[in-house]
Amino acid sequence: MTDQTASNPLATPSPNGFLGTLARRSEAVILPLSALLVGFAAFSIFLSLQGKSPTEFFSLTYRAGFGTAFSWQNTLSRTAPLLFAALCVALPARLGLVVIGGEGAIVLGGVAAGAMGVIFTNSSGLIAVPMMVASAIIFGALWIGSVGALRHYRGVNETIASLLMAYIAIALMNHLVEGPLRDPASLNKPSTAPLAENLRVGDIPGWEVHWGLAFGMLSCVLAWVLIDKTTWGFAARIVGGNMRAAQVQGLPVGRLIVGFTALGGALAGLAGFFEVTAVHGAANASLATGYGYTGILIAFLARHNPLAIIPLAILLAGFEASSGLIQRRMDLPDATTLVLQGFVFISILMSDTLYGRFKIFAPERWRST
Amino acid sequence: MEDLGLWVIPLAILGGAIRVSTPFLFVSLGEVLTERSGRINLGLEGTLVFGAMSAYAIAYLTGSPWLGVLAAAAGGALFGLVHGLICSLPRVNDIAVGIAMMILGMGLAFYFGKPYVQPVAPDLPSISFGWWSDIPQVKAALRVNVLFLIGAVLAFAMWWMFRATKVGLIIRVVGDSTDAARAMGLQPALIRTSATAAGGAFAGVGGAYLSLFYPGSWNEGISSGQGLMAVALVIFARWNPIACFGAALLFGGAGALGPTLQSVGVSEGYYLFFAAPYVLTLGVLIVTSSPTRAMTGAPGELSITK
Amino acid sequence: MLIKSFSRRGFLKSTAAVAGATALPQFVSADGHSPLTVGFIYVGPKDDFGYNQAHAEGAAAVKAMEGVVVVEEENVAETTDVQNSMESMINFDSAKLLFPTSFGYFNPHVLETAPKHPDVRFQHAAGLWTDGMPTNVGSYFGYIGMGQYLNGITAGHATTTKKIGFVAAKPIPQVLLNINSFLLGARQVDPEITCQVIFTGEWSLAVKEAEATNALADAGCDVITCHVDGPKVVMETAAGRDCFVCGYHANQAPLAPEKYLTGAEWNWAGVYTGMVQTVLDGGTIDNFVRGGLADGFIKMSPLGPAVSDASRAQFEAVKAEIMAGGFAAIKGPLNDNAGNTLLTADDALVETDIALESMDYLVEGVIGSTS
Repeated sequence: MTDQTASNPLATPSPNGFLGTLARRSEAVILPLSALLVGFAAFSIFLSLQGKSPTEFFSLTYRAGFGTAFSWQNTLSRTAPLLFAALCVALPARLGLVVIGGEGAIVLGGVAAGAMGVIFTNSSGLIAVPMMVASAIIFGALWIGSVGALRHYRGVNETIASLLMAYIAIALMNHLVEGPLRDPASLNKPSTAPLAENLRVGDIPGWEVHWGLAFGMLSCVLAWVLIDKTTWGFAARIVGGNMRAAQVQGLPVGRLIVGFTALGGALAGLAGFFEVTAVHGAANASLATGYGYTGILIAFLARHNPLAIIPLAILLAGFEASSGLIQRRMDLPDATTLVLQGFVFISILMSDTLYGRFKIFAPERWRST
Repeated sequence: MEDLGLWVIPLAILGGAIRVSTPFLFVSLGEVLTERSGRINLGLEGTLVFGAMSAYAIAYLTGSPWLGVLAAAAGGALFGLVHGLICSLPRVNDIAVGIAMMILGMGLAFYFGKPYVQPVAPDLPSISFGWWSDIPQVKAALRVNVLFLIGAVLAFAMWWMFRATKVGLIIRVVGDSTDAARAMGLQPALIRTSATAAGGAFAGVGGAYLSLFYPGSWNEGISSGQGLMAVALVIFARWNPIACFGAALLFGGAGALGPTLQSVGVSEGYYLFFAAPYVLTLGVLIVTSSPTRAMTGAPGELSITK
Repeated sequence: MLIKSFSRRGFLKSTAAVAGATALPQFVSADGHSPLTVGFIYVGPKDDFGYNQAHAEGAAAVKAMEGVVVVEEENVAETTDVQNSMESMINFDSAKLLFPTSFGYFNPHVLETAPKHPDVRFQHAAGLWTDGMPTNVGSYFGYIGMGQYLNGITAGHATTTKKIGFVAAKPIPQVLLNINSFLLGARQVDPEITCQVIFTGEWSLAVKEAEATNALADAGCDVITCHVDGPKVVMETAAGRDCFVCGYHANQAPLAPEKYLTGAEWNWAGVYTGMVQTVLDGGTIDNFVRGGLADGFIKMSPLGPAVSDASRAQFEAVKAEIMAGGFAAIKGPLNDNAGNTLLTADDALVETDIALESMDYLVEGVIGSTS
């Protein structure tokens, strides 16, 4: 597993003074940024080999992803589920666990919220919405939390277990929305009964982007506080650094593993809640559209730092937002975005090997004597 | 055709096992080879999909399905090589690189595969082992593709290689302990990279089976996660190539259960039957894993079991 | 952040400005009139031998028209993705007419996007437009169940086991109507025939479609048709099992030339060029458009070499009846496959009956269930 603590500038109180700390922190920013540019460069070469203009590609991407007010709305409306999905990967990763089945928690969280919305359809929003949120959180937490529990108490590999459970969750969702929970009036798209208008979560005032974005960003900040500023986060990082040593020191490894995986699952469940209440208005098969998998990419690119997830989720959402214009203007297939993601992902992972290699980032060099 | 009643279920499971298992078999054999050397390649799903695309494209362009298989193997080896080389860099996480290679492999396959969705490429040949029976269902179930037979032979050959040959021993030593391997004068990074490249070639061939035989078509939904599941099957099979063969058969047969049950009248809750292979795999993992000791047969240097 | 706050009206204004500023020169014709930009959005690849290809063939016909620019997007999911794709075509390409072609795009995505762009026309395939929905939304579809009924007649003649098979994606009204029509067509030939249905649960999932086809063949079905997005795999697998096949969505005869009986195809080229011409002429398309064989919305593939003379004669006779209008494939007395009465002897649901679009049963003789 990755040893994330080693490169984390905030892992220990810095004895290095201001410049030293600055040097260490700039390493954590400059290296991934350079790697991002290297990934773009490699992708540009790929495009040039196809006889397509990289300049046109990136200028269209900028315009359709970030260049206009509409572009921002397009990008940000795609960002919300990605923030939650990435946190579902990043939180367990702090303990050294690679959970890749967040999709399952998103899907089940969505179904749970949709079902609660049906049960409480005649209640006031003040009762129904918290019930929906709670059920989404609980189902998400149970799903991914049990992956953590299986890992700790049974030794089942969490990567594989979470993947299998994502497949199972999607099957369950399909079974429920086309079987017991199906609204007979949902004709061509089998769904749960439509949510009452007062149970729909709307847009952030003045924006055409739903509240999920704000809560997603807030969750990132809170997750950062949890990891970097609390004892639990500190303990989790020790577990991630060396699980056996943590056990020897008497840390509650089992509770930390179950807690962090459950928390990640709860957040993924929230993504499902927002998809149902803010986007679709009912739970249906559109809940499983791969947000969970894009979340893996974002979490790794952010090196599992919750604050870094925010800009990276926006960046990736921007690339996806521009995919349509790229298809239409450059006659490139929709998979072009996937190729770009691949190049960038590989480039950033390769940069992991460079940490500590450049003396300019070494705090000792800047230590004032 | 005759009405076989409920006999259709075991027959369909057998037929399904033979038809559906081959991609699982090749990818899991490739993964065993990689993992025995101490690395995990989670990117075989991308390799599989890229293999499916390149096999179909080359078979269509040249008219020879076997050239397609060769192309898929070469492409797979290249993906494996890249994965192996990147993971040879210090402090690079092999699981994450696998996920990245998966995205890249699928992206490239979809990118270059667009023009080949519609054309029809020649299929790989199959051998009929059902000549002794007059029942068409039996004949169909026993129509076995050559790649399935090759895969079965390879499983036994690989088992023998790990057991009795020098190459097998070298791979096992590297997989069990980097330090021991170094002490023996071996170069772990080189051996792991070669094993990953060879494993990639296997996965590519698994993809070729998908597009050139069953279901025998190229499109973006050709793989439903076979490459990822094969990684789970390796753990399931305890890194034993012959057990991989069995696990692939079991998984293929379980996958045939859903459609077949509908055909004999068990038609409600088919989504749950479709999930049977995943539930089965998870169940076996839960039962056979242990929190206190590493899994039997697990290579010591493997990141997922450490 | 760039968008600190803006009102919805301000937002519309600013995006309109953007749209004007970013229109490419190629989108302005020589005489200075900007041509009509028409957007097509597909849920899958547009060369899938099936649903999406049928629409893309319609789009290709529109592309050939004077004064029209066509923009297309493939693989757009039924989520905010499609809302954003529509908005993007409107904002960046100044599209004035959109064809989001997948079932699941309609509610909520088309219905939510349309009110924000009253000057854009949204034409949705398969949706059910009703009064009270935005007036710039239209829904259109074809009575393709009739095509499956005709498929059934050729199947009824071709089957020797008296058992025919249907690979279906999901038990939604469209699919159920096709299954029922296929069996009822076959039963015109021989009332003993039964139809086995297997649901794959997904619109596009190659391995499962192949397994379902094999399960049908194992169960003794010797004519197979399907309703999935891309029928290529079903056709090839069924022909490989020595079964006859009936096509769906598009002409799949090249995939199984000897075994292909006929097929129910969409004929969007005529429909789309007609709708685009209406808009070019300044007219308004009706909000609710349906059409069948006679209207050129659907067509049948040419009959294959395996179709017997008797089969051909009955096929042509029934086709002529359908072309004459007022035909009912679903007519009484009719029970569902659980034994409940659906229609009494005098009842009939003619092809235009809107009740057919909320079908939730499988008729007697279909082996399978709707959930």
